[in-house]
Parts: sequence; structure tokens; C-alpha cells
Amino acid sequence: MQGGGAERRPIELEAGWQYMGDGIAKLKRILEGDKSEAFTAEHYMMLYTTIYNMCTQKPPHDHSEQLYARYKDAFQVYIQEKVLPSLRDHHDEHLLKQLKQRWDNHKIMVRWLSRFFNYLDRYFIQRHNLHPLNDVGLLVFRDHVYAEIKRASKDSMLKLIESEREGEQIDRSLLKNVLAIFQEVGMGQMECYERDFEEAMLKDTAEYYRRRAAVWIQEDSSPDYLVKAEDCLRDEEERVNSYLHVSTKPKLLKEAENELLKVHQMQLLEKEHSGCAALLRDDKKADLARMYRMFNRLPKGLDPMADIFRKHVEAEGMKLVREATEAAESKKEKEKEAGKAAKEAGSSSPENQFIRGTIGLHDKYMEYVQDSFGNSSLFHKALKEAFESFCNKQVASASVAELMASFCDNLLKKGGSEKLGDEDLEGVLDKVVKMLAYISDKDLFSEFYRKKLARRLLHSTSASEDHEKGVLTRLKQQCGAQFTSKMEGMVSDLQLAKEREKNFEEWRERKSLGGGMDMNVTVLTTGFWPTYKQLELGLPDVMMQGVEQYTQYFDESTNKTRRLSWQFTNGTVHVKATYDKSYELIIMPLQAAVLLPFNDSELMSYGDLKELTKLPDEDLTRCLASLTLSKYKLLAKEGGGKGISPSDSFRINAKFTDRMRRIRVPLPPVDDRKKVQEDVDKDRKHAIEAAIVRIMKSRKALKHQQLLVEVVQQLQRMFAPDVKVIKRAIDSLIERDYLERDANDQQLYKYLA
Amino acid sequence: MAPKRKRAATVASPKKASKDLTKLDTLFNAYKDKGSEEDVIGPDGVEKLCRDLKVDPSQREVLLLAWKMGAKRMGYFSRQEFRDGLSDLGAITIAQLRKVLPRLPLEVQDSAALDEFHRFAFSFCLTEPGQKIIDSEMAAQMLPLVLPEGRFVPQFCTFLTEQKDYKKVNADQWANFLRFSREVKADLSNCEDNPAWPLLLDNFVEYLRQHDEAAT
Repeated sequence: MQGGGAERRPIELEAGWQYMGDGIAKLKRILEGDKSEAFTAEHYMMLYTTIYNMCTQKPPHDHSEQLYARYKDAFQVYIQEKVLPSLRDHHDEHLLKQLKQRWDNHKIMVRWLSRFFNYLDRYFIQRHNLHPLNDVGLLVFRDHVYAEIKRASKDSMLKLIESEREGEQIDRSLLKNVLAIFQEVGMGQMECYERDFEEAMLKDTAEYYRRRAAVWIQEDSSPDYLVKAEDCLRDEEERVNSYLHVSTKPKLLKEAENELLKVHQMQLLEKEHSGCAALLRDDKKADLARMYRMFNRLPKGLDPMADIFRKHVEAEGMKLVREATEAAESKKEKEKEAGKAAKEAGSSSPENQFIRGTIGLHDKYMEYVQDSFGNSSLFHKALKEAFESFCNKQVASASVAELMASFCDNLLKKGGSEKLGDEDLEGVLDKVVKMLAYISDKDLFSEFYRKKLARRLLHSTSASEDHEKGVLTRLKQQCGAQFTSKMEGMVSDLQLAKEREKNFEEWRERKSLGGGMDMNVTVLTTGFWPTYKQLELGLPDVMMQGVEQYTQYFDESTNKTRRLSWQFTNGTVHVKATYDKSYELIIMPLQAAVLLPFNDSELMSYGDLKELTKLPDEDLTRCLASLTLSKYKLLAKEGGGKGISPSDSFRINAKFTDRMRRIRVPLPPVDDRKKVQEDVDKDRKHAIEAAIVRIMKSRKALKHQQLLVEVVQQLQRMFAPDVKVIKRAIDSLIERDYLERDANDQQLYKYLA
Repeated sequence: MAPKRKRAATVASPKKASKDLTKLDTLFNAYKDKGSEEDVIGPDGVEKLCRDLKVDPSQREVLLLAWKMGAKRMGYFSRQEFRDGLSDLGAITIAQLRKVLPRLPLEVQDSAALDEFHRFAFSFCLTEPGQKIIDSEMAAQMLPLVLPEGRFVPQFCTFLTEQKDYKKVNADQWANFLRFSREVKADLSNCEDNPAWPLLLDNFVEYLRQHDEAAT
């Protein structure tokens, strides 16, 4: 170069390019592996400066444009000369390796050349809106190398992937690197990767699993198939994490899941010996859990499975219903033949077994929902629907509501069920109350429970006050305060009774009243307690005296503001009776009225007793049966026939004996199931009317359908109102001028203040 | 709850008007209940009136006449009612009244008038003060008189007498039947479009469907 002088002569293009060309050639040699070559700092500076000068010369010696073009050419030449031939020479995995190496080389070349030609980047490209040098380099590779080699590369990669699926080890990092190329040539977009690799890969995958699944579905049981499917999916996920781009994951899994799970879903579920229903039957919890996991991957994939689950639980429940009904009926047959009087259901009765079975069923399948079915709300719903369907059926001609109340009665009364420890008892009671949620006629349960509670409280047969209170608290929590208000009133009445006791005694002392007999009176607040049959009873004088005294006391203490009416159908009387030895008999007032006259007379006919006791036939018959035909034969019957007939006569049974001194002679109640239903229906009618009035008062005007919806909603906590009954209530309220129909819109009701 | 009446103003000179009134009074007195203290034509008088008019007391025209008079009690016409009714019809003699009677059915061809007449028929059956319901039997007898050509009328009347759920019919159910017979098609295809029919009519639909099945 000529130095010195103020004015430098401009570098000619060809001269300058010659110099550059040498430098480029040196670079190529280095890339080809020549270790003897290297760029000194000085050489690098010279190359840079040459470019700089050629670009800063005044036109027509400003060679920026040509240099830019020749920069690009440099790559193209090298690619044609060395890169492409080499790639064409290699195949399969070797091709990939070559490609990786050539790419790395290219990047080095771009780095160096762009440093030499750097000055172009500063002004020229910006002024003319061109690609920067780095990009030019990449684009050349993309358009000349990548474009030619992409197909073969892709095929090689897919072959490797398939062999990996078949179990062979492959060079994962190689794949990762080559795929990096596919991504980098996208220049910030994933287009090349997706179009030139991913698309084919997904199709390949789908095809691969389609073939496999078709074989497996024929040969394997559902659990075995699902094990394989799970493994495959796990593999694919690992594959993506290892060498594919993260964006491929959802697409890849979708393809695999589709072929493995979706296509064969119904077949897998419905296989006769290993499908979902079969697994439920055989209690295969782990297999079901896997099935759940697998189908959970599909959108809405769990719906068919939840449906099968529901049907299964429902069938199991219906089985319990059938078994209990059949057992109860055959028991009734046997009892009828033996001529026995109706016994109260013991703890092992079919009815109680049904409740216990239902609780067990619930526990079992709730565990399934929690453990195997991921606590999924879909399966919770299926369980709920299954229970709702069979818990509202009739079992042995009783509603499940009634059976539940009887079951609780058994647990809470003295001498009832098996000996359960306190904790266990609490647990069972807790579960029973929870089951109440499945019963739509909750008010029916409430009625039956209330009646039995009353009996336990009044006959002091309740085993534990704490347990009683516990159940009431739980019921209140579950169903609201209104549900338990009457029952709580009953319990508090009893507590009050104790106080009244004291006052009564004091009153008697003050009046110096003696005589009568020892008696405890419990005053029941009407409304809280079930309504009992009002009977006039002819009691022995000694008892009547006490009754009259108390009535007097009560009238005085309440200033005649309340009226007392005596319920002789409840209560207990302790009678000392001497047969072969002294016994204490615990009996009901009705029975006492029948028994005590025998103090005065040895033989009494049915008619005599009827006159004395003033009892109607059905009650008298019941009493006599309990004293003559049941476990404790205190009286002897004279007269043919198995049952009690008006032509019979009675006398004390001289042969009576028992090893116990204290005997409770039960008088089985007439649990009028029909009456309870009638009472409940009546209450419902009032509840519906009250609800309608409440709703209309606040809304002023409401369309018919809307009113129905709101009424149902307000009452659903207690029962499911029948549409017809609601309509009847509406009609009645219109008649009584609470509501009217709008003159213009027949479906609109208006509230009349 | 007497409907607003359109009074046909007889444009006559005051003198003629009062002459007519006197004629009407005389006519009224001819049928008036002699024995009672009230100023009414009683059942016997009504019967006599019908004979003179050459109609049967159970005929529709008589009910229409009662409607025209605004009669409050079945079987009785008060003086005012008699006066108002007949002058409305422009009849002051029996002969004129006899001529007018056959034209009465025409007055209720218009649906608004029929509504009024239908409502009137219900309240006409009420006997005690504060009463709001009539016997189903009575309703079944009344209905064909009021709606001789109404759809479903014969079936409904049979149904009313046969069914046991409702021994009485109230004003709402009565009014809704007229609507029902107008709106619901003979094949019952559109009766579910309206869910707000009184329960009595729902039962009626069930009854019709059962009978249809039995017939086919």
C-alpha cells in the first residue's frame, strides 16, 4: 500500500477484493481443519480497515454495494464448493452429524466475516434497509443448505425416534442439536421447525400408536392395555423434555393420547371381564385409579367412566333394597305363621341391616372417589346421584326416611343395638345424619324421628343424653334450625319437668296433702311433641287421686291460663306384683288399668275389662295381648283361638315365673305409618302455602313458572314439593283472595295486600 | 263487581218517558210477589212471566234477560232491575218483550260481551253473602246455557259431575275455563304452552286424554 502523502489514492474494487479474498481463503482453510493457520490481530485489523476504506471513499469509489453482494457470495461459494458435496455424501445418522458440524462451521464463518465487513453494518444496511450481515449469513445457509437437506434430515431423525420407541438407545444430544438448527433458521419464528419437522413427526407418532393400539386392544385386558398406554405416554413426555422443543409437548401428547386412549375409550371401558364395571365389581382399586388417570387426560374423558360408576353404585344400592325387602317379607310370613305379635325391629332386623349396609356402601365408594378417582367433583356427583336414586325407594313397604329414624332409635335407646363404644356410636350417628342429604323427604324423617324420640324421652329409654343432644346438633347443622326446633323443645320440656317436680312436692306439703302414690309428671308443650291419641282411661282410685292432685296444682300454678290433658298412652307405672315371688313390673298406664282390677276380682271377662277401663277395642286387645301372649304371661286367657277375642275371659296366671325380679313388659306402639305420612302431607300443604305467600309478598308480581321455581327452591331443604300440590295451593290462595291473576297475562300472579 | 253497563238512552220526551215508566211499573206489579214485603218478582212470578213470554224458565234467553237486567239473585227480579232491563231493551209490553227475546243471543256473539255474560252467570249462582264458590253440579248445569257452542263444554260438564276432587268451583276456575275453551285446540296439542291453568283444568286434560285412549 502506498503510504504517506496527504491524499490517499482510493482502493480499487478488484484490488481490495483480491486482498479480502486471501483472507477469506485462509478462513476456509481453518474451517476445513487446518490447524496451522490462525488470524493475528494485525491481519484482522487490516481486513477490517480495507473494508472500511472501500466504504468511506468518495463516490464513485464507494464500493459498499458491491462489497455487500460479495460478502453474501463468499458464503455461497463455500457452500457450493465444500458444504453441499460433503452433506450429499453422508446418510442417516452420519448426515445429521455432518449437518451439525457444517452448521457450527458456518456460524464461525459468519462471525468472522461479519467482523471483517462490520463497517457495512454501521451505515450501509441501515441507510438502504437491508438485512444485517449476521442475518445474511444465516439466510444463505437456510436457502442453500437447509432447503436442500431438510427432508433427508427429517427422515433420518424420524427413523432414530422410531428406533428409540422400539427400545434402542440413540444419540439424543445429536437430535437436540440438529433440531436447534431447524429452530435457528427460523430467524425467531418456529415456522421451519414446525413445517419441516414437527408436522411429520406428529403424523408419524399418530401412525405408530395407531398400529400398536390396534394390536393391544385385541390382545390385552383393559388394565394391561392401560399400563402400556401409561408407559408410552410417559416415554413421549420424557422425549419432549429431552430433545424436542417445549411447544411440541401438548401437540405430541394429544396425538398419542388420541390414538391410545380416545379411539378405544368405549371399548376399554366396556370390556366384559376387565372393563370399568368389571373392575368395580372386583374391587380393583389400583387399576381403576390408572383408568381414571388415563382418561383424565382427555377433554371430557371422564364422563363415560363416571356414568358407569354411578350405575354400578346404584345397582349395588338397589340390591340392598331388594335383599332387605325380601328378608323382611319372609320374616313377616314366618311370624304370621307362628302367631306371634308384632315385635319391634331388633338390631339385626332386615331394615336395620339395610341402613347399615347403605352406610357401608357409602364408606366404600367414597373411599374410591377419594383414593382412585382423585377426589374429582364429577365422581362425587355420580356417587350422590346414585345414592339419591335408591335412597328414595321403598324398602319393605317403608320409606328409607323411616328406616333411618328406626335405626337411630335402635342406637339411642337402652337395650337396643349391639354394644358400641362411645366413639364408634358417634361415628355411626354422624354417618347416618350425613346420609340424610340423599333423602328428598327430609321432613318425613323428621316426623318419624320425633315420634321415636318422644317415646325414648317419655319412657326414659334413652341411653345417653349426650348422644341425643349430639344427634340434634348434627341435624341442626345439616338441615337448619327449623328442622330441630321442635325436638329441642321436647328435650327442654324434660329438663323443666325436673324443676316442676320440686314445686309440686312443696305445694303438696303446703297443702298437707298426703296419699296418692309416688308419681313423676312430665308436662309436654303441645306443638313440640307428636299428637297422641286422646283416651279416656278408667284408672284405679289410687292412681286417679294422684292425677287429680296434680291437675289442681297445675291449674293453680298457671292461674288456669293453660289446660292440662292427660296422655295415658305414654308413661310408665311400677307395680309390685306377687306371684311365686315378689316382682316389680314396669308397665304402661293402659296395662296397669287392665291388670290392677285383678286385685279385686279373680276372673274378668273381656267385657268386664272394657267397662272398667273404658278402652276402645283395639287398644284393649293390644294390652291384653301384651299381658297374655307375649314373653311375660302375667295373665292367663280362657277361651279358644290364637288371638284375643271379645268372648275371652282372663285370670291371673298362677304359673307365671321369671328369673328376673324387675320386668319391663312392653306395649308395642301402633306405629301408624300412614298417619305419619298424612301428618307430613298436611304440614307440607301449609309449608307450600306459606312459601307462596312469602314469595309473592316480596315480589308483588310473578309469573307461574317463576313462582314454581322459587317455591321448590325455598322448600328443597325439607322436601321435594309436588307440582300438583303447589298448583292446588295457588288455586286455594286465589280463592281466599291472597293472590289474583293479572287481567292481561293469565300466567302472571299478583299479590293482594 | 257489577260490570259497567251501556244504557241505551231512549230519547223520548220527559212526558213519554214517565208514561213508559208507569207502564213498566204496572207490568211489574202484575208479576210481583204478592205475599212478601220485598218489592220483587219471586220464583212464582218469574215462572208466570216465562209462560206469558212463551219460553221455558230454563232456556238460555231467560238467563240472558236476567243478565240484561243485572239481576243479583237467581229467581228474583227487583223493580229497578225490571225497569232498567226492559227499558234498555226498548220493551214495555209483554208482546214487545216476546219479540225482543230471540234477539238476545246475538248480543253475546261479541267476545267481550260473552266474557261479561259468563262472569255474570257465575255470580248469579251465588246465594249467600260472602260466598265465593258454587257447586260443581250447578256449574255443570249452567255452563251449557252460557256457552252452548263452546269447545269442550259437554265433556267438561260430564267431567265436573264425575270427578270427586273438586266439589266446588271458584270464580278463577270458572273464568279460566272460558279461556281454555277458546285457546286450547281440540286435539289438546297446545295446552302445555300455558303451565298456569288451574289444577282443575289439568285434571280435565288428563281425563280427556284417558278417554281418547279408551276410544281408540
